[in-house]
Amino acid sequence: MADTPTINKKIIVIGGGPAGLAAALEAHRSGIEPDEILIIERDKELGGILNQCIHAGFGLHFFGEELTGPEYSGRFIEMVKEAGIGYLTGAMALGVSADREVTFVSPETGYVTAKAGAIVLAMGCRERTRGAIGIPGTRPQGVFTAGTAQRYVNIEGILPGRRIVILGSGDIGLIMARRLTLEGAKVLCVCEIMPYSSGLARNIAQCLNDFGIPLYLSHTVTEIRGKNRVEGVVISQVDENRKPIPGTERYIECDTLLLSVGLIPENELSRAAGVQLDDVTGGPIVDQYLQTSIPGVFACGNVLQVHDLVDYVTREAFSAGRSAANYVLGKAGLYDGARVIPTLPGEGLRYVVPQRIVIPENEPVGEVHLFYRSTATYRDVKVVVSAGGEVLRTLRRKIVTPGEMENCILTAEITEKLRAGAGELRVDIVRE
Amino acid sequence: MTYDVLIVGGGITGCMTAYRLSGYKLRVALAEAADDVAMGATKANSAIVHAGYDAVPGTLKAKFNVAGCAEMPELARLLDVPYKNCGSLVCAFSEEEMPVLQELIERGEKNGVPGLEIVSGERAREIEPTLSDNVYAALWAPTAGIVCPYELCIAAGEVAAQNGCDFYFDFPVERIKMAEGRLVAVSHGREIAARFVVNAAGVYAAELARASGEEDFPVDIIPRRGEYALLDKGKGPRVRRVVFACPSERGKGILVSPTVDGNVIVGPNAHRVDSGDDTSVTSEGLEEVFAGGKKLVPGVSSRDMITSFAGVRATPSTGDFYVKPSERIPGLLHLVGIESPGLASSPALSHAAVKLLGEMGLALEENPDAKMTRPPKIRFRLLRASEKNELIKRDPSYGRIVCRCETITEGEILDAIRRPLGARDLDMVKRRVRAGMGRCQGGFCSPRVAEILSKELGIPLGDVTKKGRGSEIVPRDSESDGELGG
Repeated sequence: MADTPTINKKIIVIGGGPAGLAAALEAHRSGIEPDEILIIERDKELGGILNQCIHAGFGLHFFGEELTGPEYSGRFIEMVKEAGIGYLTGAMALGVSADREVTFVSPETGYVTAKAGAIVLAMGCRERTRGAIGIPGTRPQGVFTAGTAQRYVNIEGILPGRRIVILGSGDIGLIMARRLTLEGAKVLCVCEIMPYSSGLARNIAQCLNDFGIPLYLSHTVTEIRGKNRVEGVVISQVDENRKPIPGTERYIECDTLLLSVGLIPENELSRAAGVQLDDVTGGPIVDQYLQTSIPGVFACGNVLQVHDLVDYVTREAFSAGRSAANYVLGKAGLYDGARVIPTLPGEGLRYVVPQRIVIPENEPVGEVHLFYRSTATYRDVKVVVSAGGEVLRTLRRKIVTPGEMENCILTAEITEKLRAGAGELRVDIVRE
Repeated sequence: MTYDVLIVGGGITGCMTAYRLSGYKLRVALAEAADDVAMGATKANSAIVHAGYDAVPGTLKAKFNVAGCAEMPELARLLDVPYKNCGSLVCAFSEEEMPVLQELIERGEKNGVPGLEIVSGERAREIEPTLSDNVYAALWAPTAGIVCPYELCIAAGEVAAQNGCDFYFDFPVERIKMAEGRLVAVSHGREIAARFVVNAAGVYAAELARASGEEDFPVDIIPRRGEYALLDKGKGPRVRRVVFACPSERGKGILVSPTVDGNVIVGPNAHRVDSGDDTSVTSEGLEEVFAGGKKLVPGVSSRDMITSFAGVRATPSTGDFYVKPSERIPGLLHLVGIESPGLASSPALSHAAVKLLGEMGLALEENPDAKMTRPPKIRFRLLRASEKNELIKRDPSYGRIVCRCETITEGEILDAIRRPLGARDLDMVKRRVRAGMGRCQGGFCSPRVAEILSKELGIPLGDVTKKGRGSEIVPRDSESDGELGG
């Protein structure tokens, strides 16, 4: 497009949340000049969703101390600014092309095309909505996703409800149950359609149990009532196929329904660019370098897979930033003529990320960090990583739940074994 | 004061009539029960400009539909509303259904619909590749189209307002009474007087006629709810034509259609409801809608749904539109029972309404100062790169994307608030510029849009509403003002 101002950068990071910040930082540490990196952030400030997560509990793994969301992101923002890494706020990326052109718009820059040596996708995720899950009933004010309500309470300083039912026991829903209670609202119950919670165990303890908020498992909202404002909801028990059981309906008077019914990696830009996506994770299919199906385009954080802990997002983003730098600097052969081994979720697992492992010809495979989630809750099991029948690693686990992402590291020594072996790598849950 | 004409009802029929009348030297008012125009069936329908082969020859439906369909492209251009002439297919699944197609093509030809053709299943799949392999044959109607119905209605209202038409919102007219040679519309003690009144009250039109003294009004309105599902852009099958099954006695049935904004819409079913306000959706209804949609386009899936909604049609007991001056109340014109194809018919129906008012004694002198086009509307996402940059240089608020799903800028939202019939709540912004219409359903942008509304209207954020009084972000009946801390 001749009529668009064009700029050139070695690395463009789309998204200035925890993933984007860490990726940019690590790309710089890996040898890219700070002014050759550009972070594009749509919000007024860097920090992403952490800015509204004012509760503590962040950073236990990474910093070894308990921080609030803004404190956690604040540390990275400081580091990015200190390093002089380039960033734009209030700037929205509107397009990414397979030949690594990013178009974005902001009031200051106008509509710009930026050519990048490498791109790191770090757009995060969005919340699943009432519309997507099709809750029947009327369409009044008072149905909010948990994150929207969190923004109203924590950023705008208003309380969008007094008597509240929460559907979904995802972590944001649990956190908001506590937050709204502390602000004086009455949280009547949390309904979870699955027979288990998808939130972290510590959040169920600290956000529900400590406040006497009931959690109804195998329950869902089957009707919303109210014309202008929510007047109440009908909740029902569900059977093993998640179908409401007739006769179990209960009407609860409330003015607000909060939804914490899942997060969806925000991959519209990736899809439009032609990046291959994984139907299960909703994120790009990546290799151990976090490179997507388009060479030079990397992904990390919640755009890749929905994480429970920002600490892991940071670690993943470091890896993506390093890979992007290596790609630009020509240090890593990465894909060139390499063999690719798929990683498959076996017994009891929903997915494994990365979805494939590249076996480079002239350099070591290197350490591979696998992330996975189970399909159900399992107790006293082994997680077995194997390739071509050979067991590579076994981890004993007291409990594995879908709500907590599991991970395991395959050392460089282990991954070298993949070079000789054939076929695929798989991860299974095996009962003891 | 006494208006020359008062229109009761701000749906597509009422607003289009106001638009036409605003081109004459007349004092026109429009009274609407809700807080915005397009709030009834106009905002929740299939958005189709039917070609005109469904209606029985000789009916008003047939006459207005065919003429309206022909005028729609030009009208949409004048009003700067997205319209697409995409054509439609009515699908037969077996030899047994062929007589239905035959009947439709014969009706269509009698009604004067151009270009109709019965095509093989194979040809139908060339025209619409997402179509089911089970489609045996289809009626192809190249003149059918799609339009954004609420935007068309809002645009017509805007132009009418720009030409001086007064809009009274939250004004549900209970009855029309005669007083000193004038007609007076009464609403909870408030009154508007006019020489002529147009009854375009949608599902409540027959009720209004009876409440005004026409006990023997010959039409009953049977509220029939239709549920719809809207699918995400860029997901699922890329449907390009309007696809129907063969019609039955319950109507045109469940269809699959593209929208002018790039989504796919599936629906409606048809169920009788007690109240014209009952626009709730049911899980059974959505199952029915998807089952019907899948039969036509197998790729349609509830997984791609971003929202569902329902509209209540004003189905007339007589089967046809009722467009006639009142037999009892001089000066009252009924536009009653305007169900499908009401949207497609609206350009022609509104001409007919003006003509009838003229015959009833309204002096129609064209107003040379009236502007029949809408003030230009900027759609940032559709501009060329250079235009985007010029615009942002002139007004940086067009460089700030507020709704990321639909790429809507702050500048567009400000314009929607500031123009005639400007937006005053979140849903009004949504219907005017699509902020919140996308896959995240306002999860991201609604707090930001609320902030803009709060500033522009000069009200606290918590008082911003979703859809008028009683739908504030902070519930009204709460004891405190909802402000936290401090």
